[in-house]
Amino acid sequence: MSDEKKHATPMLDELENGPWPSFVSGIKNLRDGHPSGRVSDMANDLLGQLEHSYETRKGYWKGGTVSVYGYGGGIIPRFSEVGQQFPESKEFHTLRVQPPAGHHYSTDILRQLADSWEKWGSGLVTFHGQTGNIMFIGATTENTQHFFDEINDYGFDLGGAGPCVRTSQSCVGSARCEQSCANEHKIHRMLVNNFTDDVHRPALPYKFKFKISGCPNDCMNAIERSDFAVIGTWRDEIVVEQDQWKKYVDEKGRQHVIDNIITRCPTNCMSLKNDDTLQIDDRNCVKCMHCLNVVPSALSPGEDRGVSVLIGGKRTLKIGDLMGTMVVPFMKLDTEADYERLVELAESAIDFWAENGLEHERCGEMIERIGLVNFLDGIGVEVDPNMIDHPRESSYVRMDGWDEEAIKWFEDKRDQSLAAAG
Amino acid sequence: MAKREMRKAIETGCPDGFQYMHPLMVKNFGQWKTHDHPRPGVLRHIAKSGDAIWTVRAGTQRILDVFTLRQLCDIGDRYADGRVRFTIRSNIEYMLADEEKVSPLITALETAGFVVGGTGNSVAMISHTQGWLHCDIPGTDASGVVKAMMDELIDEFKNCNMPNRVHITTSCCQINCGGQGDIAINVQHTKPPRINHDLVANVCERPSVVARCPVAAIRPAQVNGKPTLEVDEKKCICCGACYPPCPPMQINDPEHTKLAIWVGGNHSNARSKPSFQKLVASGIPNNPPRWPEATAIVKRILRCYKEDARDWERVNDWIDRIGWPRFFELTGLPFTKYHIDNWRGARKSLNASSYVRI
Repeated sequence: MSDEKKHATPMLDELENGPWPSFVSGIKNLRDGHPSGRVSDMANDLLGQLEHSYETRKGYWKGGTVSVYGYGGGIIPRFSEVGQQFPESKEFHTLRVQPPAGHHYSTDILRQLADSWEKWGSGLVTFHGQTGNIMFIGATTENTQHFFDEINDYGFDLGGAGPCVRTSQSCVGSARCEQSCANEHKIHRMLVNNFTDDVHRPALPYKFKFKISGCPNDCMNAIERSDFAVIGTWRDEIVVEQDQWKKYVDEKGRQHVIDNIITRCPTNCMSLKNDDTLQIDDRNCVKCMHCLNVVPSALSPGEDRGVSVLIGGKRTLKIGDLMGTMVVPFMKLDTEADYERLVELAESAIDFWAENGLEHERCGEMIERIGLVNFLDGIGVEVDPNMIDHPRESSYVRMDGWDEEAIKWFEDKRDQSLAAAG
Repeated sequence: MAKREMRKAIETGCPDGFQYMHPLMVKNFGQWKTHDHPRPGVLRHIAKSGDAIWTVRAGTQRILDVFTLRQLCDIGDRYADGRVRFTIRSNIEYMLADEEKVSPLITALETAGFVVGGTGNSVAMISHTQGWLHCDIPGTDASGVVKAMMDELIDEFKNCNMPNRVHITTSCCQINCGGQGDIAINVQHTKPPRINHDLVANVCERPSVVARCPVAAIRPAQVNGKPTLEVDEKKCICCGACYPPCPPMQINDPEHTKLAIWVGGNHSNARSKPSFQKLVASGIPNNPPRWPEATAIVKRILRCYKEDARDWERVNDWIDRIGWPRFFELTGLPFTKYHIDNWRGARKSLNASSYVRI
């Protein structure tokens, strides 16, 4: 490209200084070094528009309607408001593409994606957006379809955009982490792929996200960021290898162990014995993960593993931030029937919310509006004291159904103990 | 004219990750025993089978051009069996079966300009949103803020000198797609939207815009005989929620769109329940191309945290222990009436006890 054709970018040039890799240099590489005139011209005008934003401190993209044949979502349309000045990037849509569960890639598949993308798009891609999609940033309306057709042929599909089930995200989990208590990979694909139609054809009150973390460290931010959070956990005892534990105490000293582990337990369920062994009151362990994080060599999650499900997490719009609420304290995921039960729970939650949620109301906001008990009733889940921080503080409630509810509680308990006894 | 035959989509959804996973990870799936952290940026996981796998993590520019992506692939082919993965904070990870390749891989990454680190008690890569590069409602450019900030936090990324890990996030509007962070740098609008009344009726579905307002400050109106919307500016909280469904209600402003800093968001359940971030500083100029004022405050908070927090305390744990008066004293940030919440449920955030730190 000739120098006079290049937009001057004095402000963006400042972001080429410093030791961290620069996205500006990357876009310039496309402008200056890409053999396709279409790609380099697009990069040039993109830089021009971005520089214009830096100078005026404003954005110049507007949305619109773009999709691929047969789908209603998955593309984030972007049309430039200053397209006359920067015509080569005036249509600059993003394709949200669902990544493989766990975000694993071979270099072969990345190269294949790169080849397809430079053929049809801008050559800019992000692994991954905040919801977990591969973000292919910058295609014209026409090329959006071509790019999708090409990658769809070798196994990639669009994610969600708009009021629909969104792309899901799961941690590396069982593939590499000893803290994992679940098969995140399988949960992720079973859940989101059960709702493929709801991903591609937005028809829900608003977005609905699944996120799966293999343990309560919740590396996927599932409780805060998803409508349906699945968190791996266990219900028996933490596995303590006392020899390894004593070795750790010997290396670090008792003071360190008391200050960094014993007294940091949120339920004070640990004690360091005089012989340096560790005693845990597992009935009071809330599975916070702190001690396991500090001494992974000696402590492991218990062996009776399963998942918890929390529903209703979301960010600010509209009523403020909400964390998910514990709805299923523990369920096993051993058999195919167990997994089916999890999928059915998700179906019940989405169906009830689709029926009862207001336009642009997230599932958690609906729960806030109608109360947890009405939601539980709607999805067929019984109340459990693990769902609350504490019982109600207000006496302003009508309780003339108390006797029936109390009897139901005792009957359920009896049924559970009979079932447990076999 | 015959209609062009359109290709029907194959609705496969989320692909199976096993086909791309490193063979050692497939072999030991669900059978890992423990891990350690031989040096910053490197993890070693040991399986019950006795197998060990080394992971090398590197920070990138996140918005990758195909040349950079292929360069990362070349490095993966040479040292890491052609397998990679990406973390939730957009770092690339290479998995190695052979410890001898760890150092050469690190050298190759650093020679190519990537930054190895982001593990353990480091300042992790800042998770961020699209900004002026691609978003339709951005108040700032997250990519630029992050690049400028990571230039200054690179030593904290490459080393593990913090009391615990530090997750920083940025967001270009108050919807906060960047999410919760130990430290979050988010756009904060300070003036109500400026309305182009000529366009509202044609562009916006007015009832949905009215419904979108969190404080019911928007109502239908007529201006110059045209149907439009108006904002009760006394009620307006300048959140910008009306702008996405109604672009003629412009909320972004070169002068009055500011940055705010929040601290103490924590996703993990470790030690205490997950927590939301709290406002600590606002009124910070939205100052491209390098936003030095925002970076200076982030560095100040990090310095206080590093000096004062105990081992394993995340930012929220540290402040829970020392209390907010001490936080404002240590950081030298002003405490104002805007720090006192008045949103729904706000009374739960007030001190209803005799506990004071004086």
